[in-house]
Amino acid sequence: MRLGLATLVCVTLALGACQREERDTRPQSSLGSGEQPTPVTTLEPGGQRPSPSDNKAASFEANAFHLSEGKRLFGWFNCSGCHANGGGGMGPALMDEKWIYGSSMESIHATIRDGRPNGMPSFREKIPDDQIWELAAFVRSLGGNAPSSAAPSRNDDMMTHPSENRMPDAATLGKSP
Amino acid sequence: MKQAAQSARPCAHQARIKRSAAPRQYSQSILAVLLLACGPLLTAASEAPPAPTISPPAAAAPPDDGQWTMPAKNYASTRYSDLAEINEGNAKNLQVAFTFSTGVNKGQEAAPLVVGSTMYIVTPFPNIVYALDLSKPGAPMKWKYEPNPEPAAQGVACCDVVNRGTAFADGRIFFNTLDGHTIALNADSGQPIWNAHIGNINIGETITMAPLVVKGKVLVGNSGGEMGVRGWIKALDASDGHVVWTAYNTGPDKDVLIGPDFKPHYDMDKGKDLGVTTWPPEAWKIGGGNMWGWISYDPDLNLIFHGTGNPGPWNPDLRPGDNKWTSGIFARNPDNGAAQWFYQWTPHDLHDYDGINEQVLLNMKWQGKPRKVLVRPERNGYLYVLDRTTGEVLSAKPFGPVNSSKGVDLKTGRLVENPDKKTGTGKVVRDICPTASGLKDWQPSAFSPKTGLLYIPHNNLCMDEEGVEVNYIAGTPYVGMNVRMIPGPGGNRGAFTAWDIAAEKPAWSLKENFPVWSGAVVTAGDVVFYGTMEGWFKAVSAKTGDLLWQFKTSSGIIGQPITYRGPDGHQYVAILSGVGGWAGAIVSGDLDPHDATAALGFVNAMKDLKNATTAGGTLYVFRLP
Ligand code: HEC
Repeated sequence: MRLGLATLVCVTLALGACQREERDTRPQSSLGSGEQPTPVTTLEPGGQRPSPSDNKAASFEANAFHLSEGKRLFGWFNCSGCHANGGGGMGPALMDEKWIYGSSMESIHATIRDGRPNGMPSFREKIPDDQIWELAAFVRSLGGNAPSSAAPSRNDDMMTHPSENRMPDAATLGKSP
Repeated sequence: MKQAAQSARPCAHQARIKRSAAPRQYSQSILAVLLLACGPLLTAASEAPPAPTISPPAAAAPPDDGQWTMPAKNYASTRYSDLAEINEGNAKNLQVAFTFSTGVNKGQEAAPLVVGSTMYIVTPFPNIVYALDLSKPGAPMKWKYEPNPEPAAQGVACCDVVNRGTAFADGRIFFNTLDGHTIALNADSGQPIWNAHIGNINIGETITMAPLVVKGKVLVGNSGGEMGVRGWIKALDASDGHVVWTAYNTGPDKDVLIGPDFKPHYDMDKGKDLGVTTWPPEAWKIGGGNMWGWISYDPDLNLIFHGTGNPGPWNPDLRPGDNKWTSGIFARNPDNGAAQWFYQWTPHDLHDYDGINEQVLLNMKWQGKPRKVLVRPERNGYLYVLDRTTGEVLSAKPFGPVNSSKGVDLKTGRLVENPDKKTGTGKVVRDICPTASGLKDWQPSAFSPKTGLLYIPHNNLCMDEEGVEVNYIAGTPYVGMNVRMIPGPGGNRGAFTAWDIAAEKPAWSLKENFPVWSGAVVTAGDVVFYGTMEGWFKAVSAKTGDLLWQFKTSSGIIGQPITYRGPDGHQYVAILSGVGGWAGAIVSGDLDPHDATAALGFVNAMKDLKNATTAGGTLYVFRLP
């Protein structure tokens, strides 16, 4: 019985670890994904409908591999040129609690894929869909919105801000509300 | 009257007391009486005023008519006004005459213009132009013009969405829009006359500079040195906007308009197609060298002078070579753009030292011989005096803390690099002074022939840098450098320095907490005006730097002050208040100071600016009571 429990614990841990490190060896990497209606506002006459969720969001969000890939791509596709390391510059800050177009994985995915009118380019033709999800997950980690067990933990470059897995939640700055 | 006002100073004290005691309507006549009384005594003193030993060429700085028709005041770019009603003695009485909200809360870097009885101002994106009627109380709006630039342009403007001003010529107002248009308006009606689309935001090209009109041509250059945009300057026909000539600042000689007339002074700038051969293959096509700063013009020599911006990307390992013709200065014939000479301030730039600052054209004796010079307080930290007929460097002295280089070799003309401060891929180099924003950035200085001093608003910052790999993706940044800035020696992040050009040393210098990102203006009343990023608009003595007066505006000041004679015959001073620009992007762009590299590293040095000021956009105009 005790052995059984121990095994169960081990298996659960292992599974958890698997999910953290899970990688899809055959990612669906065709350019762009299907049309995904992501509202830009929460305002809806007559009451709010639940916003559509994409089942990819969850699988990318808490995954260390995807987050670290997102971090690499953030430099690779020059996001860092406009958003610095999250503090912003030509584009707005991505590490604070303010979001123009929504902070959900789906909203950020749509921002990167389709662009936004005041100067956010559309990367639809440049970045495969799975990598857009990886970028979205990383963007959320900049504001402390990713599990610290999965967020990148060390910067190989100049220290620009505390590593993503130590970032406080931007909305509460680590304080409980 | 000018003479009287100027020489009345010994009596000014007395006059002031009388004025404040007398009812306002009498004060003018009392002053006149006092002037008369003092007259004989004073004429003796001012009979043989010593001829100014340093002065702008007359053709480039005609006698002052009280207007302000181009941001630099005149072709010599002195930003000096002959008006002297406001002087050292009475500046403390200055008060607000009227204000006007631009309706745009981004960095206000523009100089207002005054032509006749109308004032013209241009806002940052969306680049609205307003005409205000100075002849009526409160200066009501005469007209406004909204060019409606592409909103997407805001995403490719490196350092806030600023505009540095308009230019007036022949009944027209000329200005540039962030999304790459040059527009001519009828100055009376605000009706557009022509609109030339010359920049492409999809490759990251924007326009932020103030045009200069020379001999019927509107001179315009592009921005985009952080986006891998190839720099150019164009001359547009002022009558219909067609492009008369284009000179690129990188690439083959024929594109740069280098031909038989080109005679650079130094060997390092001689050779065929250096704009190609001093780069890795093809790199010149995305190599920067943009012309987003100031142009001066010498009608006697028939030459325009303009700088060139930094090479791209910032990471120097990705572009071995001198990277001609970036971070330098060209003298060109305005008729056809043909280059006459070139000098490179910073060959193979390591630190984003754009070479686009203002050039003040002066005539002076240098080591006993009369010389036509060009004075340039440069981003790399040196105050250059060049012979503007040849491009020879006569003097290059640091005007603040510099450790990124060890001086300028006057034989070869070459900046002597400090190997300890050399940046590169994967290497963090600390405490480099000055920063990427330079000891001085675009903020223009002013020169007074009365004092022989150049009044320089500038920064005092140092930085850490790390070169990183970067991919060129058209329309996105091409920088490849992590930067974080810190306050310079002494802790004051800004300074306002009066530089004695003849003596090659500072006469005095004032410390400011934040970088002095505003321009300066100096007057015959020996008053210098500038603004601070907290929002103070200051008047200081041109001789001593003593603070005469200050007024707290609604937002930080990064604009260019001007002074003019209003329709009522009195002297006014105008400034746009509204923080932003690269230094103030933390406020105007609401950036997050948790990231040391935000706004290309500037945010790290400006973390407390959000506590000192908020975004704004208001014109302030002052006069004596
Ligand atoms: C050329 C500059 C530029 C580049 C490159 C760029 N962005 Fe942006 N980004 C902007 C601007 C400007 C905005 C604001 C757009 C608006 O307000 O309409 C923005 C907005 C965003 C937002 C929305 C923020 C909010 O508050 O809703 C996200 C998320 C974002 N960018 C992520 C990225 C990622 C990820 C990349 C790289 C794939 C990237 N950006 C590349 C300029 C850029």
